[in-house]
Amino acid sequence: MVLQLLVNGVIAGAVLAVPAISVNAIYAVLRFPNFAVASLATIGAFAGYVANAWLGVPALGAIVVAFVVAGIAGVVCDELALRPIRARGLMATAIASVALTIALENVMRFLFGNEERGYNLPILRDWQVAGLRISPREVENFAIAVVAMVAVFVFLRFTRTGKAMRAVADNPTLADIKGIDAALVGRLATGIGMGLAGLGGMLLALDTSVDPLTGFRAILSVFAAAVVGGLGSIPGAVVGAMVVGVAEELSLLALPPDYRTAVGFVAILLVLTLRPRGLLGERAQ
Amino acid sequence: MTDYLVSILTFAGLYGLMALGLNIAWGMAGMINLGLVGFFALGAYASALLTVKAGAPIALGVLAAVAFSAACGVIVALVTARLRDDYLAIVTLGFAEVIRIVASNEIWLTKGTDGISGIPGPLRGQVAPATFNTIYLVIVLAVVVAIVWMFQNVFRSPFGRVLRAIRDDPQVAAVAGKWVLRFKVQAFALSAAILGLAGALYGHYTSYVAPDVFVPLLTLNIVLALSLGGLGNNIGALLGALLIVAFQESARFVGSTPALEATQVAALREFVIAVGLLVVLRWRPQGILPERSPRWIRPLPDAAIEDVHAPSAGA
Repeated sequence: MVLQLLVNGVIAGAVLAVPAISVNAIYAVLRFPNFAVASLATIGAFAGYVANAWLGVPALGAIVVAFVVAGIAGVVCDELALRPIRARGLMATAIASVALTIALENVMRFLFGNEERGYNLPILRDWQVAGLRISPREVENFAIAVVAMVAVFVFLRFTRTGKAMRAVADNPTLADIKGIDAALVGRLATGIGMGLAGLGGMLLALDTSVDPLTGFRAILSVFAAAVVGGLGSIPGAVVGAMVVGVAEELSLLALPPDYRTAVGFVAILLVLTLRPRGLLGERAQ
Repeated sequence: MTDYLVSILTFAGLYGLMALGLNIAWGMAGMINLGLVGFFALGAYASALLTVKAGAPIALGVLAAVAFSAACGVIVALVTARLRDDYLAIVTLGFAEVIRIVASNEIWLTKGTDGISGIPGPLRGQVAPATFNTIYLVIVLAVVVAIVWMFQNVFRSPFGRVLRAIRDDPQVAAVAGKWVLRFKVQAFALSAAILGLAGALYGHYTSYVAPDVFVPLLTLNIVLALSLGGLGNNIGALLGALLIVAFQESARFVGSTPALEATQVAALREFVIAVGLLVVLRWRPQGILPERSPRWIRPLPDAAIEDVHAPSAGA
């Protein structure tokens, strides 16, 4: 039982890590918690749904569609709604991102209604491995999440653009002196971040359902992962997501399933009390 | 028609109370609360449970609700007061979601998503419904006037001055010998108390509370009301609340076209509210009635004051 929950937790954590990376990547470069990640995750889930259920694209292709559509939508919305407000400070921008997320959620509601939709997927039987039940779908989600994470690490570590992003995150002034265009890097961070949010949203929706609240339902867990790992830290997002994912599953031993998301909140409080900068993050005070 | 106006004004009063509550924490002390609906819910449930389950008198229920919300405000503030603003935003948002999860799942206490019905109201059932509504409007307005009077005094008092100093620069306030943590906790608790009061009054008015009332959109409505009316300005908070309620009601009439489904009309209304907040934050961040320092403590020229009020991005 515990082992089963651990396995489920690691799988859930990997899926959670994708939107958590999105939160932390945007935070690292633009320095505000972007709650619009929730609605861009929903947009990604819907984009994947349209590609998959309406146009017949297989799930793997639909995931790419989710990434691209959410990335482009994320940059456009950021340019229109958030960038002009950023000069007014972190708090105004954070609030604006909540407004943006509710606006976009309602665009989805207007277009698609409130009903819960599912992807068009072949039905697969669960595997039984050494007494554990593992669904092939979840393994696939896990693999996609891992591939996305590896791609992010490779991008940040080895490409010029990725290095420029890290430079701006580390020290904007120095990056500016070296001739790095901070606005462009900000747009890139938003684009890649929101693309990841869209991809993560589709992974979440594969497990649950596609509806206007797909992203918002997960927002507590996603931000818990980001804060537990340390706001602005990409490896932190992965570690935080694993901690939150496993803790949420293990909580099933003692709590009814509906309280799973509350576990994320408790994790936030614990980390902020004991280690305010998160497991791998910078100062929080 | 009079009935309708009475009910709109009552809701505007409740929205105004919430905006006032948000104003003292956010407008004066600079502490954002993206989970204000959580404190509103705490007050609503506390008073509803005490009066329905324990048979307490309404006044006692409301007082207990205020005390309970304030106590929860102290706890949240103590946990978060030393943290940066971005963490406060996340924690408060999460707080409200947790309250909603608990309210939906502790069925033995809150009846879950069914909600608590039959919450008593003063003289409800003993007088005609229209009379009850009028009485309630008078009560709500009296409470609003009392709170505005109190907050205007707070605004001018040394306490209010310290709060604004902390908002503008906590380090300077600390150097001046102010115990920043204590002031922040007090402001946040006061804010939570008013939000809880609004919640309790809401429950006794509608006679029904359920988790789906306490959604993030309500928080956003109040943030918009305060930003639109004028952050830091108590009268502005009321004006903003009135405008938001008026908009919602007018949208109800305009929106009832057969071309759109009910969900779409609701989605459109929420969309306009959210975009409205974005518009205000971008083009009129100081709101309709900007904050004004009392004249006798205004030694700096306007430009310098605006500079001080500009949020410090790197804080």
